This record gives sequence, C-alpha cells and structure tokens, in this order.
Amino acid sequence: MARKEGGSAGGDHLGREWWWDKIAQAVLFGGGISAIVFVIAIFVFVAQQGLGFALFDLDLATFFTSPQWRPTSEPEPIFGALALIVGTASITGLAMLVSVPFSIGAAIFIGEFASGRTREILKVLVELLAAIPSVVWGFIGLMVMSPLLMDVFDVPVGVSVLNAGLILGLMAAPIMTTIAEDALKAVPDGFREAAEAMGATRWQVIRQVVLPSAKNGLVAAVLLGVGRGFGETMAVLMASGHSINMPSSPLDPVRALTATIAAELGETARGSEHYRALFSIGILLFAVTFVINLLADVFVRGRRASR
Amino acid sequence: MVEVERDTAVSKLEVEGLTIRYGETVALKDVSLDVRPNEILGIIGPANSGKTSFLRAINRMDEMTDGMHVSGRIALDGTDVRRWRNVYALRRRIGVVFPLPVGLPLSIFDNVALSPRLRGVHDRASLEEIVERCLTRAALWDEVKDRLHSLGSLLSGGQQQRLTIARALSQEPDLLLLDEFSIAVDPVTTMRIEDILKELREEMTIILVTNLVQQARRLADRTAFFLKGDLVEVGPTEDLFMRRVRDRRTTDYLEGRFG
Ligand SMILES: Nc1ncnc2c1ncn2[C@@H]1O[C@H](COP(=O)(O)OP(=O)(O)OP(=O)(O)O)[C@@H](O)[C@H]1O
Ligand SMILES: [Mg+2]
Repeated sequence: MARKEGGSAGGDHLGREWWWDKIAQAVLFGGGISAIVFVIAIFVFVAQQGLGFALFDLDLATFFTSPQWRPTSEPEPIFGALALIVGTASITGLAMLVSVPFSIGAAIFIGEFASGRTREILKVLVELLAAIPSVVWGFIGLMVMSPLLMDVFDVPVGVSVLNAGLILGLMAAPIMTTIAEDALKAVPDGFREAAEAMGATRWQVIRQVVLPSAKNGLVAAVLLGVGRGFGETMAVLMASGHSINMPSSPLDPVRALTATIAAELGETARGSEHYRALFSIGILLFAVTFVINLLADVFVRGRRASR
Repeated sequence: MVEVERDTAVSKLEVEGLTIRYGETVALKDVSLDVRPNEILGIIGPANSGKTSFLRAINRMDEMTDGMHVSGRIALDGTDVRRWRNVYALRRRIGVVFPLPVGLPLSIFDNVALSPRLRGVHDRASLEEIVERCLTRAALWDEVKDRLHSLGSLLSGGQQQRLTIARALSQEPDLLLLDEFSIAVDPVTTMRIEDILKELREEMTIILVTNLVQQARRLADRTAFFLKGDLVEVGPTEDLFMRRVRDRRTTDYLEGRFG
C-alpha cells in the first residue's frame, strides 16, 4: 500500500502506518502520563489539606500514643489515633492470618492440581468473588457473621475484630489467589518436568521446586493483599463495630483508620482542625500503602531478576 | 526380584511391540529392541522420528504428557515398567538429561542434593559427600566448588548441562537416558561430556539419543536408526558405519541424503 502511494519503494514517504504509529504512541503516552498526573494530584491535594496541620499543629506524640480520639471535645479536642491504628492493624493482621494460607492453598490447587474444566470454573469463581462490592461484604458481616459469632462465642456483640478480620480475609483472598496463581504459572514447566523425571512426587515438586522459584511472586501477592485489607473502608466500618476501643480480645469491637475518615469527614467544617486531622490520617494511610506497594514491587522485580 | 536376576545378564531393557501415539499421530510403530547391560545404545534419526518419545516411555513420563498413549512392553531388569506400582521409585532409578539444560532455580548444591533429599538423605555430611562426588564425576567440581550456594540457573549453558548430569548421577541410576545433550553446548564441553559417558558405561547402561551421527559413532556400542516412527535397524555401530547395513534408508541418512 505504501508502495502505491509513495510511487517508489525506497522513497522517504510518511505512509499511513507511520501516522498510525505516531498516533498510537501519543495516545498511549497520554494514558500513561495521566495516571501519574492523577496520583500526584491526589497526593498534592491530601498533603495540602493535612500536611501543614500534621507537621505544625498536630501533637504527633499524642497522635501516635493516645488512644483518645475526641475531635469535637470542648474546649480542647484530642487527636489520639492509637486506638484507630491498633484497630486497623489487628483487623488486617487477623485477615492475613485467615487469607494467606487459604489463598496460597487455593492457588496451589488451581495452578498445580486442578486441570481442564475444574480449573477454568474455579478461576471464574475466584474472579467473581473478587468482584463482590465491599458494601455487600459489610452487609454479610453485619447480618450473617455477627449473629453467627454471637451464637458460637456466646457474646452480646457480634461486630468485632474477629468479624471484620474474617470478612476482610475473605475479601482479600480472591486477589491474593489470582496473583499467587500467576506467580506459580510463571514457573517454567521444564522445572516441574525435570523434577518429576527424577522421581519427585507431585507434592515434592511443589514443595522443593515450584514454591521456591515462585517465592518472590508469592510474597508480592501477600503484600498486595495486605494493602487491599489496609485500605478497605466500607466492609470494615460495618463489621468492626466502629467504636473507639483498645481491643483486649478478638471479640472486642474496634474502629479503623479508614472508617473514621469515611464516617466523620462529612460532618466537619471544611478547613477546621477536625477536618485537617482527618486528612492527617489520610496521609498516614497514604504513606503506609505506598510502602507496602513499593515492597510488593521490589519483590516482583526480584522475581524477574532471578530468571 | 530374585527370579529376574537371570534376565539381567542378557538385557537391561527389553522393548517389545512398543507403539506410541499422540491422539491421532503415531510417533512410534511397533518397535522391538534390547539394551544390554553396561552398553551405550545410540539412537539416531531425523527430526520427528520418535526418539524423544521412546525415551519418555521408558520412565513413564507419558503419564504427565497430555494425549500421549503408550502400548507394548518395556521391561527393566525383566519387570514391565508399567507394572511398577511406585512410579516414583522407578523414575529414581533412571537418570534423564534433557536437550536444553534445566538448571533448577536452586543453588548449585541444592540442585545436586535434590534427588538424595527426595529419597530421604538429609544429614549434611552425606549430602556434601554426594554433591562433591557427583560434581567431580560431571567434571564441574573445580569450576563451582567456591560458589556452591549461588544459583544453578546462573551458570553457563555448558556448565548447566554438566550440572544436569551431576544431578542425574546423584540419583545413582543404573540406566541413564540422554536426549541430544549437546544441542546447546560448545564443542569442548561436548567432548568432556563424551569422555564422562565413556567412564560411566562401567557402572550403568546408557541410551544416547543424538542428532550427530558422528557422536553415535564415537560413543555407541550399538546404534539404532529411527525414521518416521519406524525402527529401521539396530546393530553394532561399526556395522552401520562400515556399510554392513541391511537397509538402504540407513545409508542414505548416514551419508546425509535426507533429514
Ligand atoms: N507432546 C506431544 N503432543 C503431540 N504430539 C507430539 C508430542 N511430542 C511429540 N509429538 C509428535 O510425535 C512425533 C515424534 O516426536 P519426537 O519428539 O519423539 O521426535 P524426535 O525424534 O525426538 O524429534 P527431534 O529430533 O526433533 O527431537 C512427532 O510427529 C511429534 O510431532
Ligand atoms: Mg527429540
């Protein structure tokens, strides 16, 4: 085609494919850049609303060590986030305790044992689970898990660290399973075949060869799951009990950092101390999530480098 | 096991009426041959003649290959391999070296220690002894003894192939299958490995699939010629190369007229 338009095959003519190539490059570049621009814009916004306050007005010692979150008390509000931090940490920790073994196990089953139809069906199911909106999970926590826990443990309140941790674990499991399965799939079949030819049983192949070579990808899967759980808001708000409390057992209700922002931001006056204190929590969340994702990225890179 | 001893003296491996199919494709048709103890049997033939399929049937790797179907009898020391109830024990007796070296993503030490560990050897001293012995016999010890704990997959192609051989030796096999081991290996390493194989013949039986007819000539006691799934002929290597052959197709192949 270029030949017809240009007349001669060797001429320096900008044919249609040349323009398409340039246009495609420009569109992709724009897409990539806009993602970065949005992230920076969000960061600038959050920082602008809360960073000055966090650095100069907020008493950081109180923020990290006091369990008293009394943003509206008169005359002097108290901004102690310790109970919220502990709430988030205990829920996320419990969630990981539930979902890590579950997800890695599911990934091993789907990737290494299931075959053909079973495998396809399981993968679709896992993806469906990942698509359940978090408010639905919160609803399940409130309406199903809560009465169940009250019955089983004979306690008056069913919304608690345990409830939110279980719900969050179930929520994080599908994404962790998917990523972990990708990591297992990235292990070349030649490795499995070589080990099997040596007389390794299926389990020995997995234990001695597949898991060690997929290690970095698996760690990345876990970290992304942690990040997912850490930033989750709605389900945690509904299932945790949302009461400020230093938990002494998994059956105590707590409140999470994210849920605090979601519940209180609408009631604050823009620019007030309370408003800016909530943005300080936002910065904390931002920083922790950033570190988790960075770690996950380092591990994924490690996996590529060790090839 | 005692009654099969009698057969051992005659043949290490007896193959009778072996036919291999992949769905509709027939990869090997009604092949019968014997492999004698402590010989190197060379298998030559052009691409797609069923050489790899033959090797895979011996240690029952067809069971992990979708669509591969094997019929006929392969007896190792007189016992049909398909009658072994513990396929893992069968495979542990048979060392395999693949065309492209597969350095497992473990340290050099762990690559060689894997097989002993699979059969339950765990104490450090024994493992160290096995690793040193096998690497030495694979002519790799001097090059890697100072970095046993770095990744095996970071070695050069030729080193990885010798690592694969060390790994196969760590199984203490009595049958060693090699599939075009020199395909990704430089000529010097190829010669070193050939020397190793000549020594190993003292202790084990070797089946060597090769696309280099001269390699078969250098190493094999007897050579089989496969063509499009048929075993055209099998006999002493010298006979094949001295043109004491029965079949025209063999001469054509040896003289490079096809394939
Ligand atoms: N996994 C498989 N699935 C389907 N067909 C296969 C498979 N492996 C081999 N075949 C077919 O079986 C026939 C014999 O293949 P095989 O690999 O045994 O030949 P080969 O002699 O080893 O060839 P080469 O010298 O190229 O390695 C070929 O027609 C090939 O297409
Ligand atoms: Mg082959």
